[in-house]
Amino acid sequence: MLRLPPFQYFAPRSLDEALRILSDHGPEAQIVAGGTDLYPKMKRRQIQPRALVSVRRIPELSHIAWMAHDGVTLGAGVTLARVLACENLAIAYPALARACAGIAHPPIRSMGTIGGNLCIDTRCTYYDQTFFWREALGFCLKKGGTVCPVAPGGTRCWAVSSSDGAPVMIALGAQLRLIGPHGERTIAAEEFYRDDGIQYLAKAPEEILVEVRLPCREGWRSTYWKLRRRGAIDFPVLGIAVAVCMESGRCREARIVLGAVGSCPKRIREAEGILEGNPLEPDVIEAAARAVSRAIRPLENTDFLHLYRKKVASVFAQRALHELAGTPLTGGLSGT
Amino acid sequence: MNGEQHPLAVPVYKTLLEVLREDLHLTGTKHGCELGECGACTVLVDGEPVLSCLALPIELEGREILTIEGLMEGGRPHPLQSAFAEMGAVQCGYCTPGIVLSAKALLDRNPMPTRQEIAEALSGNLCRCTGYIQILDAVERAGARMRERRS
Repeated sequence: MLRLPPFQYFAPRSLDEALRILSDHGPEAQIVAGGTDLYPKMKRRQIQPRALVSVRRIPELSHIAWMAHDGVTLGAGVTLARVLACENLAIAYPALARACAGIAHPPIRSMGTIGGNLCIDTRCTYYDQTFFWREALGFCLKKGGTVCPVAPGGTRCWAVSSSDGAPVMIALGAQLRLIGPHGERTIAAEEFYRDDGIQYLAKAPEEILVEVRLPCREGWRSTYWKLRRRGAIDFPVLGIAVAVCMESGRCREARIVLGAVGSCPKRIREAEGILEGNPLEPDVIEAAARAVSRAIRPLENTDFLHLYRKKVASVFAQRALHELAGTPLTGGLSGT
Repeated sequence: MNGEQHPLAVPVYKTLLEVLREDLHLTGTKHGCELGECGACTVLVDGEPVLSCLALPIELEGREILTIEGLMEGGRPHPLQSAFAEMGAVQCGYCTPGIVLSAKALLDRNPMPTRQEIAEALSGNLCRCTGYIQILDAVERAGARMRERRS
């Protein structure tokens, strides 16, 4: 059996209590919500916290609150299944529903939370292995080693941001509210991620992600396409979130954000610029899709060949944009 | 647990799967990957499928847990169990408890699912024997019987 290492478990009932426990235990403590990503990592001894601080019982994390003409606020502890069960969310933010529907499988979605998905650890072929496997090969930079097996000459970790929610939240212009020992702050989803496989979040370990605020997106269309080997269970090895605001047949504003092609989600501003001011017609879409593929450099540390992922990025960009233009392309990869 | 209460003292870091199998001796729940990928350890918590390899008992305080041992109704097999046996949906049997429980959660929520909805509900349960066709057939048959019984 792969067993969990021993730990102390805390189930605070308020944010204050949670913050106090986190600061009492310092770096030994780890926040847990659904546990669907953390517990496997603990079983493989990638992470061995002495104290787990569960946020399940904190009431401030469990709401879905609509604000008149001003979007919606999702508590970080809302499960993915609850996001999917909320029809109004699917209507207002199709990309969010599409991304959540593709995460893992039903039991994981009824356990895992939206906040947990936004904070999930970066992944890598050389890191997401058992202790035995990693010890046999030699530990990597992300856990105890001195050499990165992906890019042995370099000094940084290239583990891959593998959240389906992250690129979607950036594309939809979400704001994240964090609470820490020194008060609270709200940052754009785009600022929440860092291009570093180890320190991949701008969140301090003792800060708690409390809620996600999605702005009103009337007049916008959005979607999410995901590449993986199987139609369920697998993490994305390429995710593309697209949101466009149309006005008189032209794209007024566009956001194209790629997930799982680097250590943080990547906005492709060149492709956004190609779309803005233009109608979503085939030649414009094709030019934007080419820019998407040009802007990314996936490495050989996930499932599928990196060059294939780079190629599929432009195919998915094209299909996602055709879907939003109302001229869907058929055949080939399904993108789910 | 299956309609009964079991007072137990277990270390907090034991998963529900370990407690079910090692402390309660309910070995119908299987351990497969133990990493949340295969679905062999699926149980129902308040009617929703949950992976017992990734759930801690302390997180489930006050909740109703159903394992495969609790599925019989009045001493008779559940329609899903009969249909699985009749249709050859059980071969080696290792994935069966998890699949039957995932299917029960679906049929309780949606008595007449489409084939696509069944496949989606079972998408977290791997089977390496059957090729899934018999399993989908069995869930459809069980659903039909449960509807007949209700009407």
